[in-house]
Amino acid sequence: MDLTLSSSEEAFRDELRSWLEANNPGPEPPGDDDGFDFRVEWQKKVFEAGWAGVSWPKEYGGRGATLVEQAIFTEEIVRAEAPQLANVLALAMGGPTVIAHGDEEQKERYLPPILSAEEIWCQGFSEPESGSDLASLKTRAVKSNGGWTVTGQKVWTTFAHKAKWCMLVARTDQDVPKHKGLTYFLMDMEQEQVQVRPLVQITGEAEFNELFIEEAYIPDENVVGGVGNGWMVAITTLMHERATLAFGLQASVQILMRRLKELVEERGLADDPVVRQRVGQLQIEAQILKLNAYRGLTAIMKTGVPGPEGSLGKWHWSEVNQSLTEAAMEILGPDAPLKESDWSYPFLRARANSIEGGTTEILKNIVAERVLGLPRMK
Amino acid sequence: MNFDFNDDQQSIKATARELLTKRFKADHLRELAEAGEYDDAFWKEICELGWAGIFIDEEHGGQGLGQVELVILMEELGFALAPSPYFSNAAAGLVIQHAGSDEQKAKWLPGIASGEARGTVGIVDGDRAPLVPDADTASVIVLIDGDKATVIEGPAGEPVATIDMTRRFSTVPAAGGEGLEGDVGAGVDRAAAALAAELVGVAQRTMEMAVEYAGDRKQFDTPVGAYQGVSHRCAQMLLEVEGARSAAYFAAWAADAEPETLPLAASMAKAYASDAGWRVTASALQVHGGIGFTWEHDLHFFLKRAKTDGHLLGTAREHRDRVAGLSGLGSS
Repeated sequence: MDLTLSSSEEAFRDELRSWLEANNPGPEPPGDDDGFDFRVEWQKKVFEAGWAGVSWPKEYGGRGATLVEQAIFTEEIVRAEAPQLANVLALAMGGPTVIAHGDEEQKERYLPPILSAEEIWCQGFSEPESGSDLASLKTRAVKSNGGWTVTGQKVWTTFAHKAKWCMLVARTDQDVPKHKGLTYFLMDMEQEQVQVRPLVQITGEAEFNELFIEEAYIPDENVVGGVGNGWMVAITTLMHERATLAFGLQASVQILMRRLKELVEERGLADDPVVRQRVGQLQIEAQILKLNAYRGLTAIMKTGVPGPEGSLGKWHWSEVNQSLTEAAMEILGPDAPLKESDWSYPFLRARANSIEGGTTEILKNIVAERVLGLPRMK
Repeated sequence: MNFDFNDDQQSIKATARELLTKRFKADHLRELAEAGEYDDAFWKEICELGWAGIFIDEEHGGQGLGQVELVILMEELGFALAPSPYFSNAAAGLVIQHAGSDEQKAKWLPGIASGEARGTVGIVDGDRAPLVPDADTASVIVLIDGDKATVIEGPAGEPVATIDMTRRFSTVPAAGGEGLEGDVGAGVDRAAAALAAELVGVAQRTMEMAVEYAGDRKQFDTPVGAYQGVSHRCAQMLLEVEGARSAAYFAAWAADAEPETLPLAASMAKAYASDAGWRVTASALQVHGGIGFTWEHDLHFFLKRAKTDGHLLGTAREHRDRVAGLSGLGSS
């Protein structure tokens, strides 16, 4: 057991840390459009300095670094409170999907503009009638001259109004079991047949969109991983991304923990025994999130697949993040519900944590069936 | 970066699992628990294997390994629920090794390492230490009072019956003894972290029992584990067992490699494992339904050990408060 970084990993971290200190542009400006443009500029800067796509192959503009270095990158960028990269979905999911399942032409065509933020991506998986039961999705792709004609509706498509490409899973075969009739496409968002409508959430922001697709066209060369393999392509990528994503999630919790403790001190509650119990427990859970992320990474490096703790990260994180923001609200007392309070937005936003990217209930099903080996749910 | 055991450590773990599975079959465990006895032959056997002194310096007759190896054995002993004086003896060894003078170490550690003159540790509350494991048979009793420790000759005190039938306890009056002048906390933290590992083993075992039962037991013609009310309860057990495991392993690593983080790491591990140990065993009982509440089922031995461990060397509440202080909150 050795939880220290190797000297080359340490050198990587130190170089990144000093680069971030010198180049971090600080908090993004208010407003959806200005905020997004700011993140695009930031990503261009990150890309030009050679830090985008840390673990991606060098020939497509990445750095060719190890999984540990990818995890360090994710952790450090959050730790420095630097802005998020604009093309987050392509970096976390779309690009890795193309690397794992795409052909050579696709890799050359799609990967470099992801890293430089020249082409933003969105994700078209969920539908109004297909949330947790994703494989039941109804968006149809029908073969037509050298490509596919797609019709359907998608929901929760973050960045759809900014995106050039949509990772779209659609049904290409109605006559086979539901998991087998799906295909993974890259759909061009710049066509009239795709309409985007913002979806206002409980925070009042429109972080997500609805997508209305009416006979949109996708050429054959935009199929990733083969016709009928869409489920496998979508799921394997999700699984492998969880290990490094866990680092970003836990790092964001460490920052909130620091703010929570500052709040407790400001409010003169640092010696209140009830508050101390609550903060002590959150501190422990935050540490466990971090330790599980490290254990998960070790398991992937050794066996190629996440260990049992790997399936727990997102579920556990959502509970810790919700309970941390709830604790802050309690400490704030009558100031808590004020819109100008620093905590009312993270508090409300945290309600989505146990739904987005797989509900806690679905994650528990996965743990019960695939990790513990319990019988399939009735 | 490698958050897993090395090959030697894996082999210690596998050997321990194999031996303990052979030695503590269900009937034998029940026989010992109901009689309130330990298996003397097993104790002799593991002493010959060097388990008792695994972390004790070689110059004092130990194996010269570390806290990680101790934690591996503690987790396996918890998994088997082995009734033995292993933990109490190790706790005494840890405190003496870290707080004793050279002379004191030379006097007591060899007997602890060989198992021939066993030790134990008690936490003083007022004029007595209320819950001291194995004080009725130990030769060396270390009494901890805050950051002070004294050693008295054992056996001493009065045996007390607890709900845990697999470990023997006494109440020991606190008076006199020879002081240990070194870093008492360094030993106590290591003992608390070792106990956290035992709780991981106990919880892991009852989770496995619950999962097996939930797969076998049918109601309404369906295995009960196919119902989410049961399966989600089992998933929650895994979350807590793995969390406690990460915290206990980290504390073990910190003890050996980064001792300045040990106080925080040990309290995190003991707080979380104390809660998880209780919740997981209690949840396993619920999954078993009525049979889990009967004397004839083995589950209650595990549940009672978990609950009692949670009250040894500091409760979850006490360790959580310490975590809050060590992570920068308030005056303490």
